[in-house]
Formats: sequence, structure tokens, C-alpha cells
Amino acid sequence: MEYLNIALPKGRLGEKVYAMFEAAGFECPSIREDNRKLTFENEEKGIRYFWVKPSDVAIYVERGAADIGVAGKDILLEYSPDVYELLDLNIGKCRVAVAAPNSFKDNPKRALRVATKFANIAKSHYTKKGREIDIIHLNGSIELAPILSLSDVIVDIVETGRTLKENGLEVVEDIIPISARLIANKASTKFKGEMIEKIRQGLYEETKK
Amino acid sequence: MNTNSLTSTEKTIYALRSLYESYGYSQYKMSKFEEYDLYVRNKSFLLSDNIIAFTDTTGKLMALKPDVTLSIVKHSGERESGVRRVYYNENVYRVPRGGFAFKEIMQSGLECIGEIDDYNVCEVLMLAAKSLAEISDDFVLDISHLGVVSAIIDSMELSEETKGRLITAIGEKNAQGIDAACACIDADEGEIGILKSLVSMKGGCDEMLRILEGSKAYSLAEGFAAIIKVLWASFGDKVRIDFSVVDDMRYYTGIVFKGFVRGIPTSVLSGGRYDKLMERMGKRSGAIGFAVYLDLLDMLEIAEDEYDADVFLQYGDDASLEDIVMAADEMIKSGKKVVSGRVKPEKLRVREILEI
Repeated sequence: MEYLNIALPKGRLGEKVYAMFEAAGFECPSIREDNRKLTFENEEKGIRYFWVKPSDVAIYVERGAADIGVAGKDILLEYSPDVYELLDLNIGKCRVAVAAPNSFKDNPKRALRVATKFANIAKSHYTKKGREIDIIHLNGSIELAPILSLSDVIVDIVETGRTLKENGLEVVEDIIPISARLIANKASTKFKGEMIEKIRQGLYEETKK
Repeated sequence: MNTNSLTSTEKTIYALRSLYESYGYSQYKMSKFEEYDLYVRNKSFLLSDNIIAFTDTTGKLMALKPDVTLSIVKHSGERESGVRRVYYNENVYRVPRGGFAFKEIMQSGLECIGEIDDYNVCEVLMLAAKSLAEISDDFVLDISHLGVVSAIIDSMELSEETKGRLITAIGEKNAQGIDAACACIDADEGEIGILKSLVSMKGGCDEMLRILEGSKAYSLAEGFAAIIKVLWASFGDKVRIDFSVVDDMRYYTGIVFKGFVRGIPTSVLSGGRYDKLMERMGKRSGAIGFAVYLDLLDMLEIAEDEYDADVFLQYGDDASLEDIVMAADEMIKSGKKVVSGRVKPEKLRVREILEI
């Protein structure tokens, strides 16, 4: 049997995303069972879910291991995968922003040191402004960089701003709003298009509730 | 020649060569090297920015070809009289999308250069569809018309940045992205609606013409529909109108297309009409062509043979050299794959073991 493979992002956002799929009529009860399985199938509906690291969803979809998936707009902007972006799910809302210590004052006489895991988003943002920057690529604990003078500012995801505040940082500039998007492999859309469209339509109805 | 032992990629190469020659295309052989300058001037035409460059014996900076079309255009006449038809089967060297290292990539394709008319466009599209059919019966050829898309976008008078964002959203079939790209400008709702309808349309020519009724792109769409209808007569719904196929408008004009086969996650064929590239390179002819990415066909061969050989011919110390050679030869002549040895390698999968 040919399944439609769906990559969901692990974690809180993924739980919300699955709840939307379920409400739209694409449920898979075994996914809620407490077990060590990696893939979950609903034979009757012809769908198979699996959880992957949020930043890997786009790779699974682009390479066709998943026919569709849900990824944050931040990941799509950063890696520009060659996929269709079919729907804004209007969940997982946050923003990519520039944050700095409360005392920060930009010194235009030298390159701005920017710590981030979103090197491409940061580069594109500062290129538009004509500001010379020095990108410091980090994989986590980005907030630590300006505290230890590794960077002047950070470019990172900001949800409530609480972590920033607790570390003496504040948002100095918003770059782009972010939310979860339904993405699809281009080739899969040619051969499993009907099912993908049904899911897109079902999720679209959910976003309106 | 026994073609049974050829891989499906090798069989496709033979089939494509014969297909293209039957339509009067002649093979174009070229050097592996090209002047580096050619690619620097046309970098955004290339699929990858990375080029392997080296200095030749005269000190000139050269490159290992990352692309074939640019070389064919460069070596074509300033103005071709009539239509020149060439096909190629060449290796190119580039970093694949999402890859980290250079790869040697086998590519087949064809170019039709000169006074291009609707028949030539139709012929190239037919050959694209037939090329896909050589790879798999289960294929889809998506075709768009950049002239239609750009006629609508140009009438919106957008900045280059907004235009870029809009084209990206069209390529992603991203209706909400089209709205977002146009949110900060005073764009006509009607034109935004047309773009969104074109990107999400699932029907055929009638639906396209209905969407474009009264727009500046209508007459272009009528010509496009005439070509699509001819293709449908031969290939049915394997040929589809898909306006999300967008290529760089600095090079491509008119019809652009991408081909997919079931089992391969990316497009295996890509092409279009590139009159603007010709113009940029000082040529006054039109041109259309496509490339088939043969390296991707490996993915179809994952269902490998159950056995590595038909027979393992096991010989002991008492078997004479002549007997072993004769026994192996006889079985090979009868069409079997034979591996001979004293002890069968543990991982060798064979249908039967014969002792001699």
C-alpha cells in the first residue's frame, strides 16, 4: 500500500500540529500511545506520520522521504528548500528579531558582530540595510553571546521576550513574523496531489476556526 | 549487443539518443573545459554558484563545464538562419542543490536555436514528454508560460524587491505569500487574484482562459492553450499547466517546463525558451531546449536484483583448469551469470551452487 508520509516537528508545536491534522479528519490513534515506535500509520486513511527534529522537516520533505510536513517559516527562510509552501497554519507564532543588551548602542565605525543560528536571514536583513556585519554562527544558547561579549547583538526567535529580559537583553528590531507552514515535496504533489489537496483543504478549514 | 545487463540509466541514454536523432537532432560534442569568464558573466543562469576553475598552460583561467547550454549558445552563430537542432550527452561538474561537494553529473538534453516558431516549441515539448516516457510511464510534464506571468506582474509596477518576493511565492504555490508580498504596495486586487488563481488552478486551458479573460496576457494564453491542446492529444493529463514553474526571467521568456517521474523526489527534466539569454550573449536568434538529469535515475534502481549471479561454480583441487574454464564458458553462453571460486564469498547471493 502506498502511504502519504507526513513529517511532524517534535515538541510542543508538533503536538498542536498533529491535533490540527486529527481535527481535520486525518487521525492516527497509535500516535497517542506511549511506545517507542518511530512511525505511525492509519492504513484506512493511507497516511503515515513520523516525528523529526523541527529543523530537519524541510530536508525530509525536499528529499521526498516525507510527502508533506510542517516547518517553521524561519527554517524555510534560512534554508530555502525547493518545496511548495501550501498553507500558513497560523500556529507557532513568533518572530525573528535582533536583540541586544539593554545598554547597546550601535557603533557604525566597525562591523556589527551578530551571533545567530540564522546566518542567511541575518545576512539578508543587514545587506538590505547596507550594514557591514560579522556573523558568528552558533547552534544554541544564543543569548549568551552578547553577555560574554562574543557578539554585539543576536538574531534569534523571540516568542514572549521573557528569556531575553531575564538575561538583560531586549528586542531592538523585528525582522520577520514566523508561523508554522504546511510544505509539500514538489514531485509528490504531482503523483499524490489529490490526497495532499484534501489535507490542505482540511487544515485550511481548521485555521479558520 | 546484449542490452539486458545495461543499467536503466544506460538504457535511457541509448533511447534518448535514438529519439532525438529521429527528429533530426545531431549530436553536439564539446570539450570538458570552457573559459571561466563565460560563467562569471552568466552566473545566475547556472544551477550552482560553485565552479571548478584552473589555469591552463597559457595562463588563461578555465573551468570544468558546470553547464552545457551556455557553451552551445556561445558557439552558435550570431544569427542562425533556419533552425539548428542539436542534442548532447555530457558530464557537467557542479555542487548539487543542498550538497556539500562537487559531483560529476551526466546530463542529456537538446537545444533548438534559430527562427523558432510554434511548431519548434511544440516539437521540443513533445520530445521532453517522450524523454520522460523513456524513463517511466508514470510521469508528469508541468508547463508554464513566463510571458503570461510577467505580463501580469509588469502591469503591477512593482519594485525589484517586491517582484522577487512575488515570484518566489508563485514558485512555492504560496497564495498567502502572494498576498504578503503585495501587502505593502497599492496593487490591484484583480491582478493579485489572477496570480493566485493561476498558481492554484488544477484544470486545463478553459480554466486558464477564464481566469485571464480581459487581462493583458489573454492573447499570449490563447497561443499557449493551442500548444497545450496538441500535447494533450498525445499525452493526456500527463501534461499539465502549472504556473508555479518559474525560471529566472532575466534569461527565460515564454514557455518553461519541468518533468517529474514517480519515485524521484525532484524534477528530472527542466527546460524552457531562453531568448533573453541569447540576447545577453549578443545573438539575435530565438532558442528553446531542455536537460535531463540522468544522475537522478539511480534512484529508480534501488529495487536491486535479488541475486548477484545465477551460478557459483565451486571447484576443488582435483578439478583441471580446462574443465573449470569450459564449464564456466558453457553456462555463460547459455545466458547465465557465473562466478567461479574455491569458496563462495559469504555475501554473494546466487541461485545455485554447482561443484566441479
